[in-house]
Parts: sequence; C-alpha cells; structure tokens
Amino acid sequence: MTIARGYSALMIALVALVLVLMAASLVVGPATITPFEALRALFRSDGAATLVMREIRLPRTLLAVMIGGTLGICGAALQSFLRNPLADSGVLGIGATAALGAVVAIYTGLAAAFPLALPLFALVGAILSVLVVLALGGSAGTTTLILAGIAVASLASALTSLALNLSPSPYAALEIVFWLLGSLSDRSMLHVQLAAPFMILGWLLIAALGRPLDALTLGHDTAASLGFRMSRVRLLLVLGTASCVGAATAVAGSISFVGLVVPHMLRPLVGGKASRLLPASWLGGASLLLAADLAARLVSPAKDLKLGVVTALVGAPFFLALVLKSRGRLT
Amino acid sequence: MRAVDALIAFVLLIAGFGNAAADESPRRVVSMNLCTDQLALYLAAPGQLVSVSYLSHDEKASVLAAQASRLPVNHGLAEEVFLLHPDLVLAGTFTSRASIEMLMRLGFRVERFDPESSLDDIRSNILRMGRLLGREAEARRMADAFDAEISSIRQDRGPRTPLGAAYYAGGLTSGLGTLVNEIITTAGWRNLAAELGIEGMGLLPLELIVMNRPDALIGNNQKEEEPSLAFQNYSHPALIAAVRAGTGVTPLPERYTVCGTPATARVIRQLVDQRRRLTGPAGGKS
Repeated sequence: MTIARGYSALMIALVALVLVLMAASLVVGPATITPFEALRALFRSDGAATLVMREIRLPRTLLAVMIGGTLGICGAALQSFLRNPLADSGVLGIGATAALGAVVAIYTGLAAAFPLALPLFALVGAILSVLVVLALGGSAGTTTLILAGIAVASLASALTSLALNLSPSPYAALEIVFWLLGSLSDRSMLHVQLAAPFMILGWLLIAALGRPLDALTLGHDTAASLGFRMSRVRLLLVLGTASCVGAATAVAGSISFVGLVVPHMLRPLVGGKASRLLPASWLGGASLLLAADLAARLVSPAKDLKLGVVTALVGAPFFLALVLKSRGRLT
Repeated sequence: MRAVDALIAFVLLIAGFGNAAADESPRRVVSMNLCTDQLALYLAAPGQLVSVSYLSHDEKASVLAAQASRLPVNHGLAEEVFLLHPDLVLAGTFTSRASIEMLMRLGFRVERFDPESSLDDIRSNILRMGRLLGREAEARRMADAFDAEISSIRQDRGPRTPLGAAYYAGGLTSGLGTLVNEIITTAGWRNLAAELGIEGMGLLPLELIVMNRPDALIGNNQKEEEPSLAFQNYSHPALIAAVRAGTGVTPLPERYTVCGTPATARVIRQLVDQRRRLTGPAGGKS
C-alpha cells in the first residue's frame, strides 16, 4: 500500500518534471523572445514568433520527449528481460545499426524519393542487432552479451563511416558526427510525423510486456510455468525496441547512455517491478533528454553542440561506476 | 558568359606572348592550390603553367575548369611536384603545409598566396601573380578591368537594399570579413549574418532567419548536389514560410566564392539582377 502510494507520487513528480522541462525547452533559443511572449505565440498566431515556436522549438521539444521516452523504456525493458544491469540500446549496438540503416536510406537518395524509407531502413538495422544480441542473450553470460553488443556497435559505426566516406556528397564526411553523436537542432514537424507512428507502436508493444517481465524476475522457468510464452515475449521485445529505437535514430542520430542510466536511477524508487519501471523510465528518459538538450543549447548556443556529447558526459562516468560496483559479479 | 571569359583570357595570352620570354620569368610553374590555379590560368603565358591542382578540373569549384582540363593535375603531394621540375611552385597559405615545407627544404621556390577574403585581396593577388609570372602588364590590365567593373556595379543603387541571408548546407553562413560578405554588400544587399555580428564562417540558427524575415536566401543550388543531410535545412517548413521571396534559393555558386578571381564580378552582377527583380529598377519607385 505504501509502495503503491509512493509510486503514484513518483509518477506525478516525474510528469511534473517533464512538463517543467518542456516549458523550459520551449523558451530557450537563439531568437530573443521573452518566455511569456514565447508561450503566448505558441497558442496564438503572432507572425515570426509563432513560426519559431510552432515549427522550430515545438518539434524539437516533442522529439526530445519522444526519443528520451523511447530510450528510457527500451533500456528498462532490455535490462529486465536480459536480467542484465548493463543492457541498453546504445551498449547493445541497436542505435548504431539503426543509424547505419538510416545512412543507407539517406545517402542513396532513397529517403528523398520515399520518406518512409528512412524509418523503415533504420528499423531493419535495429532488428538485425536486436536479433544478434538476443541470440546470445538466452544462454550467454553478462560479459559475452556486452562484448557482442560492443562488437556490433563498432562494426555498425565503422560501416556507417565507410558508407559516408563513399558517398558522393562532399558534406557526408562531416555528417558522420551527427550519426554517431545525435542532435535535435532544426528538426521539423515532418520528422515528428515520420517517427511518431513507429515510436508509439514500439511503446505499446513494450508496455504490453509489463506483466511477463514481472514474472521473469522470478526466473525463466517460473515465468513459463505462470503461462507466459517466452518466445512471444521475445518477439514483442524485438519488434517494440527496434521500432521505436529505429525511428528515434532515424531522425536524431544515435544517442547513448540515456537508456542505461535512467532505469538504474528509478529502480530503487519503484521497488524493482518491471511493470512499474517501464512507464517510470519513459518519463525519466524524457526528462533526462530534455535536460541534456537544454544543456547543449545553453552551454554553447551558437556551436550546435551534439546531444550525444552531453549524454555521454553524464552517462559514461555513471557506466564506469556501475561496472566498478558490479565487478565482482560480472566475472 | 564562360565563352566570353575564355576569349578574354585567350586574347590576354596572345597579347602578352611577345614579352613573356623575358629572362627572369619562370618557365615551369606548378600550382598546388585551387585559387592560385585559377589566377595562374588567367595570367600565365602559353606553356608556362605545367600543372594545376586536381580540384581545378571540377566545374563546381573552378571557373576555369575547361582551361584547366588541358593541363595535368597534381594532388598537392611533394613527390608529384618534385617530378615536374618546376622553377616556381604556387601554393595556398593553409593547404598541404607538410608538402610545401618539404619542397622548400629541397630548394624549390615556393610562393604562398593568402585566400582572397575581400575584393581588394583579389586585386592585390592578381597583381602579385602578374609579377611572379613576369606578366605585369596583363595583370595590371586585368586588375583595372576588374576595378572598373566593380565601381560600375557600386554606382547601381536600387530604391532599397534588401536583406539577404547567406545560407549553405549544414546551416553555415558567411559573416564579417568574408569575401561573400563583400560580394553581397557590393551587389547592394544587406547581409544578415554580418548584421547579427557573425564573424567569418559560422552557424546561422534557423530561428534567427525566421525572426529577421530576409528577402531571400543566398546559397548553394541544392539541385546540383548529391543527397545528404546537409540540405535538409533548406526544406524546413519554418524557413520556407519565413523567407519573403518564397522557397527558392538565390544561387551563389561555390566556384565564385571559394576563391576570389576576376570572375567574382560576374556573380556580383547576378546578385544585382536578382536585387532588381525584388525591388524594381534603379531610381524607380519604392
């Protein structure tokens, strides 16, 4: 009872945090518009300010929420399913292979002719790496899984760089940075529309896994004896993760560490039940990415600091601390 | 237009042929930099220039690609240049530093040119190239013709100076102290990046374009380019809605802006024509 009440309080606090950060994200930008004017221009037509708010800042804010939520919920689901504290879409190479798919779609000109090719190619890339990871995940230990993820991520990053170097566009080489580190600058509503259906589908598929994942904390055999078919859970997880991480990467590049950090911060607060950790991690991921994007814009407004730089600055030390803490158990 | 330039260059070459063989003039000149390539192509006597950089064969980068294609290319490597036995090597200040230093150690005469970042730089680089190649008379004629062209452009003032936003792939712009800034202002436009205080090449945030509502974007012609993310900015709905002249981008081809050459006057003329279309003829009603 007290846990349930504490959980409601936590969720309300997280929703409030997301809303506050969204408001902050909407009022920060290079154009000099006061916060009050900015929020008013969002709702009432007011010339250029409305254009800035509705077409530049709103899509950026929405994408930060959607992508952060995606990374948070996927990290929580993967950690619960694999029963591995180091699992996350970045560490397992899902973001990197999705980026590879997106790069192929864009630089062959396919995405220009057929916009849906972009999220679809990213999704296919993501599915491939989830399958590799899950093929190992059933039997292999933590170390093997992480090493496989690192190998997949390095290979995909190398192939992305190769594809960009071979691309005839003179700008392609510079854009490697975007695909490896991610950015939300100057995205438009078109990106939101392109990514939203795939992300929502992914969230729903993963959200449906709450109870099976709860049962899984008791072990594979117990979960199976409770009537959950593990092959089906696995399939939903593959499709759900690939769908939303693929779409997120297709519009913003691969952003690391959010999915790793957020479930760890929230797990002690929600009491370890996966069905509770999933929605909390969605909100936590959205907050973290909004905050990271705000930091990227405030630290160097004119230089387009990449989002992945900020999340790595927060996430990498956390990751190291995690590795040190669980060093005894890993080997 | 290019045929006319080629003709001018040809006439200049013929006219200067008589005194080109002056004793101290270099006979085998190798250029390792796109900008020196073009000035040398404009000014050198027939046979005097023996190799240009590989970029000069690219029509997107060079205004004299056709002339350059008759000469063998080098890739700015010391070994290639060494094998050509030049008595004068032309290079840029910032490119191929290691190769250039090696060539200097090997005893070659290397002359480095600063990139042109103003119309005055174009004039002084033309004159310096003329001196180095022993073609002073041709260089002076070319510089005077360029000056005359620029001052006639400067007298052509319209009823108002429209606001242009130089905007290239990846959201970059040219601000104060750049050749593009001089091109735009000489053509009777205001340059948004300069008014925002951006110096050199820098990022121009989309929000600031939308808030300042420029009359036109001035930048690369997207249709000529290979697909890449860099051009996504041009199709951003906010940008299309905010620029008064509509979705089009007034082209400022890179071959006129990467290096300053006598042909730079041509792109200034194009911007003047575009300005007239926007604001009406000189002396007209506003």
